[in-house]
Amino acid sequence: MTEFKKVVEDTALSLLKLAVVQLPSDIKDALNRAYKEETSEAGRVQFEAILKDIELAEKENTPLCQDTGIIIFYVKAGAKAKDLDAIETALQNATRRATKEIPLRPNAVDPFTQKNSGDNTGRYIPYINWEITKSDFVEITAFPKGGGSENVCTIGMITPGEGINGLKKFVIDAIIKAGAMPCPPTIVGVAAGGGADISIKLAKASLLRPLNEPNPNPDLDKLERELYEAANSTGIGPMGLGGKFTVLGVRVDYAHRHPASYPVAVAFQCWAARRATARIYPDGTVEYLTHKAR
Amino acid sequence: MAVYRFKTPISEEEVRKLKVNDVLYVTGTIVTARDQAHKRALEYHKLGKELPVKLEGLAVFHCGPIVKKEGDKWVAVAAGPTTSTRMDQFEDEFIKAFKVRVVIGKGGMGKRTADAMQKYGAVYGAFTGGAGVLAAKAIKNVRTVEWLQDLGMPEAFWVFEVEDFGPLSIAIDSYGNNLYEDVKKKAEEQRMKIYEKLSA
Repeated sequence: MTEFKKVVEDTALSLLKLAVVQLPSDIKDALNRAYKEETSEAGRVQFEAILKDIELAEKENTPLCQDTGIIIFYVKAGAKAKDLDAIETALQNATRRATKEIPLRPNAVDPFTQKNSGDNTGRYIPYINWEITKSDFVEITAFPKGGGSENVCTIGMITPGEGINGLKKFVIDAIIKAGAMPCPPTIVGVAAGGGADISIKLAKASLLRPLNEPNPNPDLDKLERELYEAANSTGIGPMGLGGKFTVLGVRVDYAHRHPASYPVAVAFQCWAARRATARIYPDGTVEYLTHKAR
Repeated sequence: MAVYRFKTPISEEEVRKLKVNDVLYVTGTIVTARDQAHKRALEYHKLGKELPVKLEGLAVFHCGPIVKKEGDKWVAVAAGPTTSTRMDQFEDEFIKAFKVRVVIGKGGMGKRTADAMQKYGAVYGAFTGGAGVLAAKAIKNVRTVEWLQDLGMPEAFWVFEVEDFGPLSIAIDSYGNNLYEDVKKKAEEQRMKIYEKLSA
């Protein structure tokens, strides 16, 4: 095995472990703030359990939720980095090792035979989202995605005539319909335009933006705040038991659209918003961006 | 909001003390069952075949845990709830057949299940979704597991000995009250107001 391949595999294994055990600080801060402001009795009971669980998982070095998700990676591949063809196999190996060593719950099931592969790998899984960048480093994000919040993700085609108001309604309808299912308070990723596939991909990727980073586009930032207020006035609350916090944040992204189409995608992320990112430099050093390496 | 601590087997009389918004902690035996295990347990019941434990007075937990083997013993690593609505198609029969008193899950259940809870005396206790370690800490012993070979770890029928398992927010009681339905109704009432505000 080449040196680079081994570094990628070991780093991806660490990322999976960090992701499932320890939430990034922006998520923990948001949950703590929400707990302080939550007034519903049932909602406060839920926040107390959530915060206790986060603390226990870190203390015991164990996955905070039993649904360790379907494994997804986002890879920014520096065009000047070498051995990029080794990454895919390295990420598959890391997933197998993570399943055994952490352990992760085996979550990769063949949709036709219903057989669970047992090691979280299978056709297209772990899924890798590639992006080519100008750098000489490789940046890997591990994004274990739970099933409960995935089951309420939705994509719809509104008419261009309905425009932005149609989009807002679509998002609120999706949040009300999802109710308790995606383990609220959630992060909601919204994307418009592109096409059916492009919008849901952008919506999902937008979930990776930390909650303390506002949208760089002022119009979208305003829209995010507006949708956040609207979502939290539904009263669905923590775990759907009623309360002020249905969402922790709303993220909006877009692609230009076909004149006849207006795709809107809504992706949900449960409160256990697990992600971990690291960079691998040409000399083999690894820099962890979301967590302190353990 | 009142806090209750019950030991299994839980009687009908005890369970009928619980009202929505109360908090319950369970000590004793709970079993996990998801879609496939519900289906199979009901098939066993029809055929008169015995389950590894008698379920009367126990809690059934919608959960696909992470469990690991240490020596010859199973240890629960993370064991939070899964979405309960998938079990709505089985739960009324399950409550009727086995007389479980507490159904534990997340996301709530529908009228069919709530009706069975009212009729036979059972409640739905919401355990915080995602709080897998908190749940695992209360699992003191894995007594046995059935159907692990063909159903796999998440879908198998696990029998756990628990101590103060909770907090369970009582979200459906045995009087036909359903907190999720109330929340949904309120959200529905808000919808038009939210539309108006967003389009202003």
